[in-house]
Amino acid sequence: MKEVKKPGRQGGLNAEIQARIGHQLRAMYDDVVRQGVPERFADLIRKLDTPAADSELATNKDGRD
Amino acid sequence: MPLTNELRDDILASVPSLRAFAISLSGNSDRADDLVQETLLRALANIDSFQPGSNLPAWLFTILRNLFRSDYRKRRREVEDAEGNYARTLKSQPGQDSHLEFEEFRAALDKLPQDQREALILVGASGFSYEDAAAICGCAVGTIKSRVNRARTKLSALLYVEGAEDFGPDDTVRAVINGNNG
Repeated sequence: MKEVKKPGRQGGLNAEIQARIGHQLRAMYDDVVRQGVPERFADLIRKLDTPAADSELATNKDGRD
Repeated sequence: MPLTNELRDDILASVPSLRAFAISLSGNSDRADDLVQETLLRALANIDSFQPGSNLPAWLFTILRNLFRSDYRKRRREVEDAEGNYARTLKSQPGQDSHLEFEEFRAALDKLPQDQREALILVGASGFSYEDAAAICGCAVGTIKSRVNRARTKLSALLYVEGAEDFGPDDTVRAVINGNNG
């Protein structure tokens, strides 16, 4: 009786717990993902992009005229 | 590569998961949104260094993760009301039981060492491969795997193992002392 095996029940219980942890983690995360893109960040990217594009267009026009 | 409309749309499409990553890491929605804003500004300022065709979300997550870590070092001594702040960001308040369960989960997640927490979130919630998560964290794939495993083990101990004192000598010591006294 020297060979001591871990009870099989422990493995099953562990798998169940791990599944629950995975579920809770994704629930927490996906709750934020579902909030979408706040206007603040849409604005930020829009505003940062526009001046560069405008000035490039303006430079091209000036150069060609 | 230059900031094309397509790339800009792709960056915008990454914002929801960047926010989820930032909130999961910091537990604080105001701070998380500041992190996302700083990440976007850095990404746009360094857009030339982004390799076309490479993994844009992984690139953005790397920026955010590095910002969080440098920010974390600065703020380490500040005490924050992380849980209360996060709870207020929820759009749909969950039922009372699941809300309590959520608070417990959040508190347990906050108890993990930072290395383990970020590895678990990247692999278990963001859905990155071990390889991508290793690239984001700047470590070996094996290191990420072991961090994720340790994170899961610690969370299950914190959340689901009855009587955490079973891990310590307290009960045994108490029983011995009581036995001796009796």
